Amino acid sequence: MIAARAHHGSAALRHVVLIASSLFILMPFVWMVSLSIKSPQEAFQQTISLIPSVFYGHENYQRAFVDVPLLRFMGNGLLICISVLVIQLAIAAPSAYALAKLEFRGRDAIFAMVLVGLLIPHQVLAIPLFILFNKIGILNSYASLILPGVISPFGIFLLRQFFKAVPDDLIHAARLDGLSELSIVWRIMVPSSMSAVIAFSILSVVSRWNDLFLPLIFIQDQQLLTPPAGIMLFRSEEAGNSYGPLMAAATLIVAPLLIAFLIAQRRFIEGLTVSGLK
Amino acid sequence: MMAISTFSNQRALQKYNTRDTISAYALVGPSLVLLICLLIGPSLAVFAISVTNWQFGAQSFSFIGLQNFRELFDDRVFLSSLSNTFIYVAVVVPSVLGLGLFVALAIESRKEFQAFYRAVHFLPVMATLAAMAIAWEALLHPTIGLVTRLAVQLGLGSWNFLHDPRLVLATLCVIGVWQHLGYAMVLFLAGLKAIPSDLYQAAEIDGVDHPLDRLRYVTLPMLGPVIMFLLIVITLKALETFDTVAVLTQGGPENASELLLHTLYVESFQFFRTGYGAAMTVVFLLIVIAIIFLQAKVLDKRVHYS
Repeated sequence: MIAARAHHGSAALRHVVLIASSLFILMPFVWMVSLSIKSPQEAFQQTISLIPSVFYGHENYQRAFVDVPLLRFMGNGLLICISVLVIQLAIAAPSAYALAKLEFRGRDAIFAMVLVGLLIPHQVLAIPLFILFNKIGILNSYASLILPGVISPFGIFLLRQFFKAVPDDLIHAARLDGLSELSIVWRIMVPSSMSAVIAFSILSVVSRWNDLFLPLIFIQDQQLLTPPAGIMLFRSEEAGNSYGPLMAAATLIVAPLLIAFLIAQRRFIEGLTVSGLK
Repeated sequence: MMAISTFSNQRALQKYNTRDTISAYALVGPSLVLLICLLIGPSLAVFAISVTNWQFGAQSFSFIGLQNFRELFDDRVFLSSLSNTFIYVAVVVPSVLGLGLFVALAIESRKEFQAFYRAVHFLPVMATLAAMAIAWEALLHPTIGLVTRLAVQLGLGSWNFLHDPRLVLATLCVIGVWQHLGYAMVLFLAGLKAIPSDLYQAAEIDGVDHPLDRLRYVTLPMLGPVIMFLLIVITLKALETFDTVAVLTQGGPENASELLLHTLYVESFQFFRTGYGAAMTVVFLLIVIAIIFLQAKVLDKRVHYS
């Protein structure tokens, strides 16, 4: 094995390659943070420096909160992420259990529908959902951002794969103990598939927090915007002349997920791998 | 007697009992209803809307058959959007897979800083793209941009990456690669770890010594399923590119960066040409379905190590 590895070229070459690609990846992050702590004068200076001679971060970050309701945007984002995730799990887990462990007429047809749902890009639904939400009067509300996410074919599929691996004996024993089917789901299936639940939760929150498409379509009221749509609004209002506060806002929007990722790196990467390879 | 035994036989043959079916439907019911109301139903509704001339807010509309689709293929904005999207996918997907594999091989080849390099390359996958698009804009900005300044200082002249029609699509492609590279890398790393090391030893005994040969005869065939999965997923992600266009270019200049999803958004939700936007959505959905089927069919034959 060691002999095989030695073939892969020298350690130095490996670092050169990986440092180069790391620089490419990190470039926008570094420039964003650098501009967020520079004064306007220094931002427009033609010299290239990452660390400003005068630290202007305080002013920029303060203005990011004052110029737009950034805190509100982030609160909205958090509220939507949590609501969607809780409803998604509450709906997906019982049906994943039924699809994995119960025999009933129509099961294969329902599972086929889940698979079809898995393949439909959510942008395809924008027009019909816009019409539907307009009809029932929930356009421009939190509900219009939550409702499209509550059904997750991916969540059902992923949990079903994991639930299938739970031994049937466990379920029979639970039934003999008088547990209802629903308590089997929550007390046996979900706890024994925590890695899938966590993986799904991470993917759900990341995609919801980062989504620009839905808020751009369904939300008009500034107070209801989520961070991605909020920062777009900020940029168009500032018309390109106050980069400091704009970059400060971008940094703050990107930070929560990146910090969570750096803290629980293995969880995030495992989650992604598990969901990809199952 | 006869009748009774036939009856009980039928009961025995019946796989499902009523009580189980009822409790199963109680569990699966909410999903089923929402799946139909929020996913399957709306997807079918798009087809119905696409054959009308409906404009959102209008009092009436009528059935116009395939008129919208005919109009689409005379629409210069749509046609350039379609061809831009194909170019974008054709550039981004192979680049992401190629570079992702390259980086994964480099990271995997030695132990030092493995976790560090992996974390760095994964950051864009987590980062809010709308915010990072703004960071990219600052990076490429003609006056405050780091890249543009470096280009000037290195004597490469001044560039306007996001406003030059010849450069803008390429710029969006680079950002697309930047965004998805880490995702491919992580899956390749998992795939590489799953390759048993005795396979490499066996290959060595068979005289496969050169690293490139090992890559060709052992690594790539073993990564078949991962490559197929990534090919489909990255293609779909690339087709669904929206944020960078919406934030950075709005499809301009001269429609040079117009991508399908953004065109669809503008027609449907800024011009409120609902029927027309639905027709565009149908085209988008058909492309997605075609790609999934094509790749599943073509690759299914090749992924397994024969």
